[in-house]
Order: sequence, then structure tokens, then C-alpha cells
Amino acid sequence: MDYKRITLFAGHYGSGKTNIAVNYALHLKKNFEKVSIADLDIVNPYFRTKDSEAFLESKGIHLISSEYANSNVDVPALPAEAYTIIDDELLHAVIDVGGDDRGALALGRYAPAILRQNDYEMLLVINKFRPLTPDCASTVGVMREIETAAGMKFTGIINNSNLGDETTAEDILGSVGYAEEISAASGLPIKMTTVKEDLYESVKDKVSDCFPIKLYVRQSWAKQEENLWQK
Amino acid sequence: MAEKVLMKGNEALAEAAIMAGCRHYFGYPITPQTEIAAYMAKRMPLIGGTFLQAESEIAAINMVYGAAAAGKRAMTSSSSPGIALKSEGISYLAGSDLPALIINVQRGGPGLGGIQPSQSDYFQATKSAGHGDFHLIVLAPASVQEMVDLTFKGFDLADKYRMPAMLLSDGTMGQMMEPVTLDMGKVTEYDKSSWAACGTKCEREHNVVNSLFIQPDELEKYNFERFERYAQIEANEVMYDEYRMDDAEICIVAYGVAARVSQNAIDKARENGIKVGMIRPITLWPFPKAVLNAAADKVKAFISVELSMGQMIEDIELAIRCKKPVLLCNRTGGMIPTTNDVLSKIEEANNIGGDK
Repeated sequence: MDYKRITLFAGHYGSGKTNIAVNYALHLKKNFEKVSIADLDIVNPYFRTKDSEAFLESKGIHLISSEYANSNVDVPALPAEAYTIIDDELLHAVIDVGGDDRGALALGRYAPAILRQNDYEMLLVINKFRPLTPDCASTVGVMREIETAAGMKFTGIINNSNLGDETTAEDILGSVGYAEEISAASGLPIKMTTVKEDLYESVKDKVSDCFPIKLYVRQSWAKQEENLWQK
Repeated sequence: MAEKVLMKGNEALAEAAIMAGCRHYFGYPITPQTEIAAYMAKRMPLIGGTFLQAESEIAAINMVYGAAAAGKRAMTSSSSPGIALKSEGISYLAGSDLPALIINVQRGGPGLGGIQPSQSDYFQATKSAGHGDFHLIVLAPASVQEMVDLTFKGFDLADKYRMPAMLLSDGTMGQMMEPVTLDMGKVTEYDKSSWAACGTKCEREHNVVNSLFIQPDELEKYNFERFERYAQIEANEVMYDEYRMDDAEICIVAYGVAARVSQNAIDKARENGIKVGMIRPITLWPFPKAVLNAAADKVKAFISVELSMGQMIEDIELAIRCKKPVLLCNRTGGMIPTTNDVLSKIEEANNIGGDK
């Protein structure tokens, strides 16, 4: 794969940006020494990159997020440290943008510098199983709104079509046509199709550029399975 | 439309409301329920419905009163402090026998509290959603699918009994994503012509929607009549779910997010040989008293798992006539009990009576 210094994940609300951002940062860390992930989500109050902070730091990935994330301070704050992404050219950075055009507004203040450096990828995360983006026209509509709000153009597509834990191989195979249609309509290449790790073997030969992912962003009680009942 | 889609709880209930025929939504933003308003703002204009962001919660609930008085399915949504502001209007809806659906996606309190999930409005919803003698039908979803199903059900029950219903959810249910099926079958239409203020066309007497009665004996008559209807609801509309109760010696009672955590804990405890099950109220009013009272003759203890300081526990004790001890397992202020919290309490309950 070809890696740019900055990778931005944006897309429709609930399309899976945060989970992909975490997975992609872990992937980058295998190739580069210095990796950061920035949570620029000013929309979501729960289920944020901040939930994975300890895990990320244990893998040597630095999390940049508002000091108010996951607290009771309900303000759309951005971290001052986000500027290190632009200033520190030794850094490979993943930017997790909030959903829809409302979330992408936060990019406005960083967009001119990112465009000037011109070493970035901005990836549109799509999920066919989200009810407001079930087809090409609606998804491209959301895409244009985000580009306008962000002041930046997308460079590729990530097909993240999924039904959470219930996703089947058929669901993924059935989403390829949807992604291809969006690719044709937008002129953007499909950079990858994400696949839950347990389904990877069954679809990897049938879908090009499969990217195995884990589900890191999930309900707190679902995370607790492993470590209980020490007796 | 039996295909599954991936939705946030807040979005799912908003779409379910639209499918239930709601075309009038009045709201005011507050975390963690703002997605409901955002979703309605996107969808309502596309289907000829009304989305209106009111100037306040108080205005929003009174707009619901107006739409409901005209015989329309109307909804408002908020989170804990916002529901407190709506309480006057909710009482007026009840006093005027108007159907409507009120959504509470609970957050931590009291006061401004916090934005993380909570269940501390249990008393408010089931006992004191406003002044005067009245009840709300209170429905408690424990999955995104139930956010859908119970929204649909809430509109139906509200119309059927001519009274406001509340979906008592919490921040986790509102924010989490799960696959859902938006296939709810047909909407039952209720004839509202005998009371709705929707225009006489000079062809009939005026229908008057009102909660003011000049004579005390008249007000008393309406209150007695209303409570006869409530008795029917208590007899006919109780909903609950049982989990591994067949041979249970300990009964957990939990709703919403607390039930999800409890289910994990029950499975873990069973692996360790402790016979524990759960009765999960789906209607908090009417409360599933009979099934709990029957369970009290079989189990040795109950555990109330709540995200509040011991509110539902009082209804459990009343329902079982204090026949067996009821332990409390709770977190509050935006914290969710962990599976381990529940496991420890199961262990404590298991030691009661010294027979283990």
C-alpha cells in the first residue's frame, strides 16, 4: 500500500470511522515508528476514540483528543495538540473526523495547512447498511456535503459495509456492487473493503483489497467478557 | 422491508415513530438524545411531516399537546433535565386524556448532572411525571430493536387508552448501534372523531379538549373514570421478559442497559453453578407485580440492578410484599455497573440463608 503522511477518515454519521481509524493506526504502526491518532469528533458524546486510549498507548500510538472527551463537559472542543499533526513532519497521523457535514466542519481550520503540505489521503467511509446511505445517490450526496464543509476533496473510498457483530460474508460480498457504483459516480478508487477478522479467510479471494479489522468500538459490557470471575 | 440495517438507538426510534404514523415532532436539543431531533430534521421535510425545534422544552411539550388535541400522532424527546421542564405539559396531556409519546434518553442527575447514561428518572417516570393523579405508560427498551418495537407499541397504547406514554431509555441505548429490522406491520387506526379538535365544518358540536373543571365533583368523576382505565391497563398491558428463571434461586430484576449487563453476569454465574435468572420489566408502569410475586415463592432473594440510587427496588419490594430480601446493585452519575459488580452481588445473594 501507498502511505501518505496524514490519513483522514470522514463519512456519514455511524459509518464506522472511529473503528477503522483505530484499526488503521495499528496497521500504520507496523510500518512507521511515530504514529498518532487524532479524535476531531465534535458530534458524538459516546463511543469515541478516547475509549481505546489505554489500548492505543500500550501499542505505542499516541492519542490526540479533547481533554473533555468522555467527560460530562458537553462542548464541541478541539485539542490544541492537533496542530502537531501538521507541524511534526516525522509523524504519521490518522484523523478521525466527526460524522456528516456537521462533523467535517471541524476540519476547516486544519484544511489549508493539510492542502498546502499535500501529503494526505482523505477517505470516504461508506456502509450500505446505514438507512440514510443505502444507495449510490444518497451516499454521494453526503459525500458532497462533507467536502463542502471540510473544504477538502476525498481521494478514495473505504467500503465498510457491516451489521456489527452480525455481519456475514454474504453481506460483504453483496456490498461490493454498491461500492463500485459510488466509485464510478465519484471517480474515486476503492482503497479497501474492511472485513471482520473472522470473515477474512472466506472473502479475501473474492474481494480485492480486503482489510481485516477488529471491532474495538463497542458497548462497555461487551468488552468485559474475558477477565471475569477470578475464583 | 424485512432487511436489517445498522442503526443508533436514537435514529432507530425516530424512524419507528415515522413508521408509526407520527408526522409531528417537536423538540429541543440535549445530549444524549440530539440524534432524534437531527434525524427528524432530515426526514420529516421529505415525507410532508413537521419537524420543529421549539424555543424551549416547555414550548415543545405544549406543541405536542396542540397536535395531539387535533387528533394527530405527536412526539417529543429529551433527556432528564429537559423532561423535568416538560412535566407541567405532561400533566396537562394526562388531564386532557390526550395520546402522545414522550421519549426520555436518560442522563446523570440531579441538576445539570452529566451526559453519560443513567436510570435515575425511574421515580419521575413511574410516579411523578407531573402534578396531579395520573399515570404514564412507561416502556423500557433493552436493545436497539426494542427502541423500534416499543416506540411503535407506545403510540398504539397511547391511542388505545387516550393517554401519554413514555419511552424510558438511557444514553447507552440511545447512542449504541445494533442491527435492526424496521418491519412493524400495520398501524392500527383509532377513531378520534368523538373528541379531537380538528374542525367541525359546521356539521357537529364542538369538541373541547381541556383539563380545567370548574366543579370539584366533576373533576373527581373524571379522575375516577381515568383510574378505571388505568386498572384495565394494569390487567392487560404488563410486559416483561424472563431469562433463565426455570430453576433460579436468585432473581435479578433489571431493565434497559442494566439488563444487558445482568444477562452477561447471569451466564457467568451459571458457569460457576449459581442458579440465577432475571425478570426484565418491559413496562415499568404497569409494573410486572404478579410475576415477581409468584417468583418470590420460589427464589430465596432478589437483586435490583439499577443505574440509580435504589428506585425500582421499592416497586420490587412492594410487588413481592417483602416476602424475600431484595439486594441493590447500583452505579450512578453516568457509571454503568460492570459484569463483575453484578457477579459480586449474585455471590452475596447466594450466601443468604447459609444453605450454600
